[in-house]
Amino acid sequence: MIENRITVKSIKSPNEQGYYGKFGGAYIPEMLYPNVEELRTRYLEIMNEAAFQKEYRTLLKDYVGRPSPLYLAGRLSAKYNTSIYLKREDLNHTGAHKINNTVGQILLAQRLGKRRIIAETGAGQHGVATATVCALKGIECIVYMGEKDIARQAPNVARMKMLGAKVVPAVSGSKTLKDATNEAIRDWINNPTDTHYIIGSVVGPHPYPDMVARFQSVISEEIRAQLREKTGSELPTHVIACVGGGSNAAGTFYHFLDDASVELIAVEAAGRGVHSGKSAATTQLGKPGVLHGSRSYVMQTEDGQVVEPHSISAGLDYPGIGPLHAYLYDSGRATFLSATDDEALKAAFELTRLEGIIPALESSHALAALDQLQLNEKDTVVLCLSGRGDKDMATYMYAMEGGML
Amino acid sequence: MTRIGELFGRKRARVLSVYSTAGFPQLNSTIEVMKALEAGGADMIELGMPYSDPLADGPVIQASSTKALENGMTLAVLFEQLKDMRRSIHIPVLLMGYINPILQYGFERFCETARRVGVDGLILPDLPIYEYETEYGPILRKHGLDFVFLVTPETSAERIRKVDMLSTGFLYAVSSSSTTGKNKDIGEQEDYFQRLQQMKLRNPVLVGFGIRDRDSFDAACRHANGAIIGTAYIRAIDKATNVDAATREFLSGIVGVEAGAL
Ligand SMILES: Cc1ncc(COP(=O)(O)O)c(C=O)c1O
Repeated sequence: MIENRITVKSIKSPNEQGYYGKFGGAYIPEMLYPNVEELRTRYLEIMNEAAFQKEYRTLLKDYVGRPSPLYLAGRLSAKYNTSIYLKREDLNHTGAHKINNTVGQILLAQRLGKRRIIAETGAGQHGVATATVCALKGIECIVYMGEKDIARQAPNVARMKMLGAKVVPAVSGSKTLKDATNEAIRDWINNPTDTHYIIGSVVGPHPYPDMVARFQSVISEEIRAQLREKTGSELPTHVIACVGGGSNAAGTFYHFLDDASVELIAVEAAGRGVHSGKSAATTQLGKPGVLHGSRSYVMQTEDGQVVEPHSISAGLDYPGIGPLHAYLYDSGRATFLSATDDEALKAAFELTRLEGIIPALESSHALAALDQLQLNEKDTVVLCLSGRGDKDMATYMYAMEGGML
Repeated sequence: MTRIGELFGRKRARVLSVYSTAGFPQLNSTIEVMKALEAGGADMIELGMPYSDPLADGPVIQASSTKALENGMTLAVLFEQLKDMRRSIHIPVLLMGYINPILQYGFERFCETARRVGVDGLILPDLPIYEYETEYGPILRKHGLDFVFLVTPETSAERIRKVDMLSTGFLYAVSSSSTTGKNKDIGEQEDYFQRLQQMKLRNPVLVGFGIRDRDSFDAACRHANGAIIGTAYIRAIDKATNVDAATREFLSGIVGVEAGAL
């Protein structure tokens, strides 16, 4: 296991108030204060308990199926004339990285004595991962999901229901992920003592961004060990991940944040094009602002009203990014690229035909960025394949039938 | 002394503050609503600045915000509407909303403009204490705006003391840990109001969230200096053809004879 090397200069952790530079904090109404404060004062202590770590690690291994393989994708590498390793989060139980976080948070919720779990979901991956750990622990689970997303993501809705979760449609606002998040926060306000809110990404008020990043950091912890075994060095030259809220990217970047030689590449969803009015490229289009309890980049009108983004992948269809990413963007530590709907689709088919791996549409955005980088044979590229494409088959079939590919 | 300070200097009991969303039900209803509230017997007005993602509000107030935004309400439009409000509105006016639109407008510019048109204070539920103390409090003070914090039944005594030190104007006691519009029984919260009363706080206390009629108003006033009505009022004017008449009728149901006497 790799040491969690926190130095004074580390940008891994926010300060006491949850700030990464000028991003983060906890912009919450007083009604949420006791919940959030309880978490803030206890999350590190609980996460550092030996018994907690043992249970978390055991579940990751025996239940989730970790470590996930680091696969040298030969034909893909040949195409880009470099070495590309895929971190196979798609092989996790439930099919994405989301479960690393929900396993951690359910154990935390148990230790806080919570008896009821709420979550928001867009594509349904986080909802499924939450419903899964609630079934595992026999805890009541309520998942808020935008009415529009419920219609778009029927298979995941069915999975959540089979797992015993109650799926509540968010009917306010634009009826998508942002509104589902609002509804989950409202539920938490109305249930201040017995409920834990499992946020699905590195967003929300402090301590969520840090807590979720720590739970996802197992991704880069494993990458370092696996790379050392395969190449003799723990450090790649490039690390690439897609960014919705930013949890798979945070987990993939985490243990490389303090290694300046490693280029961190975050890929946002450009939708139909960054300036098409149908995009989710938050760093390109957003301005600093406050959304869902933290200060970060937010896509908004001049009047500070949050705008509805667009992406072909529901998991990237979010008008904000986590405060860590806002900081990485602002400081230049990470490079932010974007890929359009069409580029992501093309990359999904390319990986499928070259490697026999059908990726999630979200992960396909990371793959699409390979085209935009100047890579050579000396580079070692690690790309987080955050999820599998089963949930996106309808979109893929539609693209094939439409003769797009 | 601020207008809010004067109000509480004059009236220590049964203070009625009414919340209404600016630009609702029509874009240009704002001033009409405020006049009707003053004429109907409200002691203070909380004008909601509509926001796309109002986390602390329930469905009724959120729907009114959505409507106001559809109507074209923005902070610039609002300040234009309020430009001459002090010619006709004499009671204290607070602006209530969420921090993001204000950050985009520019916090200092916002405070300056608010003060210039005659706004007396702000309620921003998602502006936390830490940021208030380190960044925004000094700007509010510089422009002479009161700032009102919320407390809930879950807020510790120590934190209530702290918030009481920071608040100016009054303290907003949320009657239960809930979003606006939840009808929890005020009676269940008696302990909490008594606890607040016994703390002998610097600031007057107004009870908010869940006040909807004379009974709940009376109950809230037993242990506090008054109460705030929001959701019930929004409901009352939502479908009204005559906002002025609907407002007076609504208020007479709450403050009755007193309203008639005005
Ligand atoms: C497979 C997959 N990748 C990525 C994401 C985006 O989330 P994040 O940016 O938090 O990793 C999602 C979200 O649903 C997802 O399902």
